[in-house]
Amino acid sequence: MDFSLDKKHEMARTLFKEFAETEVKPLAQEVDETEVFPRGTVEKMAKAGFLGIPVPKEYGGQGCDPLTYVMCVEELSKVCGTTGVIVSAHTSLCIDPIMTYGTEEQKQKYVKDLATGAKLGAFALTEPGAGTDAQGAQTKAVLDGDEWVLNGSKCFITNGKEADVYIVIAITSIAEDKRGRKKKNFSAFIVDKGAPGFSFGTKEKKMGIRGSSTYELIFEDCRIPKENLLGPEGRGFPIAMHTLDGGRIGIAAQALGIAEGALDRAIEYTKERKQFGRSIAQQQNTQFKLADMATRIEAAKFLVYRAAIAKATQKVYSVEAAKAKLFAAETAMAVTTEVVQLFGGYGYIREYDVERMMRDAKITEIYEGTSEVQRMVISGALLK
Amino acid sequence: MKIVVCIKQVPDTKGGVKFNPDGTLDRAAMLAIMNPDDKAGLEAALRIKEEHGAEVTVITMGLPKADDVLREALAMGADKAILVTDRVLGGADTWATSTTIAGALRNIDYDLIITGRQAIDGDTAQVGPQIAEHLNIPVISYAEDIRVEGDYVIVKRQYEDRYHEIKAKMPCLVTALSELNVPRYMTPGGIFDAYDSEVTVWGRNDLKDVDDSNLGLKGSPTKIAKASDKVRKGAGEKVTLDASESVDYIMSKLKEKHVI
Repeated sequence: MDFSLDKKHEMARTLFKEFAETEVKPLAQEVDETEVFPRGTVEKMAKAGFLGIPVPKEYGGQGCDPLTYVMCVEELSKVCGTTGVIVSAHTSLCIDPIMTYGTEEQKQKYVKDLATGAKLGAFALTEPGAGTDAQGAQTKAVLDGDEWVLNGSKCFITNGKEADVYIVIAITSIAEDKRGRKKKNFSAFIVDKGAPGFSFGTKEKKMGIRGSSTYELIFEDCRIPKENLLGPEGRGFPIAMHTLDGGRIGIAAQALGIAEGALDRAIEYTKERKQFGRSIAQQQNTQFKLADMATRIEAAKFLVYRAAIAKATQKVYSVEAAKAKLFAAETAMAVTTEVVQLFGGYGYIREYDVERMMRDAKITEIYEGTSEVQRMVISGALLK
Repeated sequence: MKIVVCIKQVPDTKGGVKFNPDGTLDRAAMLAIMNPDDKAGLEAALRIKEEHGAEVTVITMGLPKADDVLREALAMGADKAILVTDRVLGGADTWATSTTIAGALRNIDYDLIITGRQAIDGDTAQVGPQIAEHLNIPVISYAEDIRVEGDYVIVKRQYEDRYHEIKAKMPCLVTALSELNVPRYMTPGGIFDAYDSEVTVWGRNDLKDVDDSNLGLKGSPTKIAKASDKVRKGAGEKVTLDASESVDYIMSKLKEKHVI
């Protein structure tokens, strides 16, 4: 076992760190305060190749591995959780399912533009009545001649109004099992922005990651070409679950980055802040807290990188992804809360980054599968 | 068209400079980066490549770890990289360095050579013009803009109070200022490719038409007596006076300091 990174990953980290410090960090507070999607940053990331890192070169990507992509989300999230999730949702939730389940035509038509950043991607599974219980979804799709007709709505969609391409999960048939119980069969679709009957509802006002564009999507007799069915008809649910396995690694990386960013601030601040005639870093209470946080972050990092490597080398990586996301998200929440405490009153003031980081951290325990869902996945594998 | 960009790995001086007890730079304690003027020169070459089509080769002389800076250049978009490294080349001053680089460049074809104006660890601004002298080609220094038109290069040369626009027939050498442009980022895919590419490594025996007496520490006429960090200038003194009082004031100060 070798826990060291090779030279190309080290250099990639240097690149991501430099970009994050130069282009992202100076805007993080403003993006949070104004809740404005950082379009300029997205354009810069597109130019730098950050929007198609694990995608093969023949499809417009960078031809790197999932670990490099994870390091990118991590470094961006160290300074801005919003920017981290924009890249994660685009790459893991939109590009990845098209690369995994798409036809050659779909890859040519969609992945090339997504991987170069000419277009931005999103993924729509959640509905008002269907979160953790994704089977509760109501959005339907019916084939009418050469077109699928979608009706329903999706909520809490990351990159919502800013995306150009959406992966939408909808019911395409209802079957009865042996006992006569009704079971919904879902299918996955690729929907372009501007499709007739596709519009946006409410923009959500959020606690954290406030610059990410979170919208409701509305489909009213929305017509899309027949060939925009992604994967086999009726396989939408496993496609969505497999996509979320990958997505969780991205969110785990976001959580890891937020925790690391908060610890970095704590180290700087506790060295400067003086109480009782010496810096608070010289007090053992602080030292022990910093040590505990650093240890926990290191453990999270190994789980996240392990999951990224599993994605590259294994066909199934649900458990690795679930463990990484569970532990990294809870680490992000615990570390940011502790760092706010170390900052004292200043930690509660918006002028300092750490209160934003604490708000940003919370969502990592909720989206793309709550911590409870991750525990279900992990224990399910143990008890099967 | 073939462009060669000479680059150097230097310690990052942003966080201050650290010295060994003997007065030499403690390079191990400082992060190594691509010299900023050289990076601007590389960016200029890559833009010429995009506009006119060109093959961009980067070359450096240094320790084996200078390989990093060549990979960075490849990751930004350079096509080929050459590392000149040899124990006998160590301790070189500007004369020995330019002799070495010129000896290496005699092995390859070039239309345009771009170097940085100066390296942030030495601040001499001598190596670029010396290479041109060794190769017997024209040099235009302090470029704040570089354009290529046919067989000619047109350079805006910066002066303190003005600039010159100079047109020269290639082959020629241009020294670049960091103000020339904002260098692009590497791309993740470029980094992966850079580590899959070969860096050509040359030693003393690969240098053409150079004499041992001009190489390394022995071939360096410069001896460093003492090195120091930049001395920070004070804020100075501000006075508000009318014209004739100002003249009197300045004259008295100059006399006080025995300048006049």
